[in-house]
Amino acid sequence: MDPSAVREITILPGRNRNGEPERFEAITIRPGDTISIVGPTGSGKSALINDIEVFARNDTATGRTVLVNGEYPPEEFVRDPAYKPVALITQNTRCLADLTVEEFLAMHVRSRKIEDESIVGRTIDLANEFTGEKIRSCARMTALSGGQTRSLLVADAVLVAAAPVLLLDEVENAGIFKERVIEVLRAGGKAVIFVTHDPLVSLLSARRIVMRDGAVERVIEPDGREIAALREALRLDGILHRMREQIRAGDLITGPVGA
Amino acid sequence: MRLAVVAGPPSAGKTAVVRQTIRSLRDRHRIAYLKIDVVRAFEDEEIAAEFGIPARKVCSGDLCPDHAGVMVMRDAIAWAGEEGADLLLVESAGLCLRCSPYTTQALGIVVLSAVSGTNTPLKMAAMLALADIAVVTRIDLVSQAEKEVFRERIREVNPDLDIVETNAVQGTGMRYLLRAIEDCPPITDPGTIVLRGAPPLGVCTVCIGKTEIGWQHHFGVVRRLEDADYLFRGD
Ligand SMILES: Nc1nc2c(ncn2[C@@H]2O[C@H](COP(=O)(O)OP(=O)(O)OP(=O)(O)O)[C@@H](O)[C@H]2O)c(=O)[nH]1
Ligand SMILES: [Mg+2]
Ligand SMILES: [Zn+2]
Ligand SMILES: [Zn+2]
Repeated sequence: MDPSAVREITILPGRNRNGEPERFEAITIRPGDTISIVGPTGSGKSALINDIEVFARNDTATGRTVLVNGEYPPEEFVRDPAYKPVALITQNTRCLADLTVEEFLAMHVRSRKIEDESIVGRTIDLANEFTGEKIRSCARMTALSGGQTRSLLVADAVLVAAAPVLLLDEVENAGIFKERVIEVLRAGGKAVIFVTHDPLVSLLSARRIVMRDGAVERVIEPDGREIAALREALRLDGILHRMREQIRAGDLITGPVGA
Repeated sequence: MRLAVVAGPPSAGKTAVVRQTIRSLRDRHRIAYLKIDVVRAFEDEEIAAEFGIPARKVCSGDLCPDHAGVMVMRDAIAWAGEEGADLLLVESAGLCLRCSPYTTQALGIVVLSAVSGTNTPLKMAAMLALADIAVVTRIDLVSQAEKEVFRERIREVNPDLDIVETNAVQGTGMRYLLRAIEDCPPITDPGTIVLRGAPPLGVCTVCIGKTEIGWQHHFGVVRRLEDADYLFRGD
């Protein structure tokens, strides 16, 4: 089976920390979906995306099962990166590879047996759309900032790993342009699942999974009802963005900020 | 009885992998555990206390721990047999990056940490080249591209190695290692087990206690630095 043949991924319920069954029937993820996973720290958000990443088969701590197109995925989907339909970007903002950005990407491209040589340059260019701190191809991976690392790993997941489903764990903390990321992923028909504490990322997602005590508590589909909140979140985000730039530039912010 | 030898650099997650293996297989198998280390080890007591299975340790002292493992392996198999075990898990110290502790009639498992740097697989080539299966731990701490680049580095050393990626604390991905252990044929005759591959010849006059610096003071299988990339390689 080809990873592009992934029509849907289905999460079947497991148990919460007290061993009680989760109260949802199934959560289905399809191409183009944007989903955010929210809830207090320690409520099981990362465990949920980890279940998706490893295609849990009632063999993780949560007892969940994850199906592809309604069936247990074939072994190569789970084990062979060339077939694996999901790519996880972890919370870790440091990459410990002893390589330059170019060498790192080239090695990934080689492992994927991709012939197109322009892909390394295009990946760096895309990553630079996600971050304000320019990534150079000769920089060492270990020397990249958190934002640069995340941007590069997201761009790689889109272009090199080319996975149809992306899992992003608290991507907002690294300071990357989340709206631009969402835009690119949507345009590429990717399904994207964010673990997030960020109101803007949550409001930009079409569905929200609320976690509690290690279990899915609820799945919310705002269906346009949050449009006013989203507009306000975008406005506030714009203000903060401008302030950040001004502070970075060494300016004093004395004028009106709410423009 | 089945034999599995677990090797890998210090703190790679060997014991974490062993723990997950015992946790998952103890319903179906009677497991014994042996830890080989250089000076001190605590795993035997921890494993015995946690799982109530027979567990022992050997400290190699001045000897290469992998060599010590070879010396005691036959006794260890006999001991595990007396304990009624049908699976013996041996965890090596993993300090000697030249030797590799795997034997015939056993499954050779190498454990590496995904956050140990891209060149680690190249530095421990012997341990990788002769293994049957590589378990990459701390997969929870790296993103997809990093996993694949690390995997590519392992493949550069041993293209045929079966690779299992795991968060060894949670036990994710372990199902493929468990299957490999259960599919490994049992020991047919302990008397015919041998070390896989030849260990490097590594005896020099430092090994026997001469402490002067500089090759001028030493003899044996020794070369001058400028003539050899590897100073003490057997001819
Ligand atoms: N996050 C994370 N931590 C891990 C993983 N595997 C092991 N650890 C942790 O890493 C530390 C070292 O793991 P051990 O299993 O003791 O390593 P070891 O190879 O047996 O170490 P020695 O026998 O002392 O050489 C422990 O604190 C483990 O809990 C993993 O997959 N993910
Ligand atoms: Mg150990
Ligand atoms: Zn040795
Ligand atoms: Zn010596």
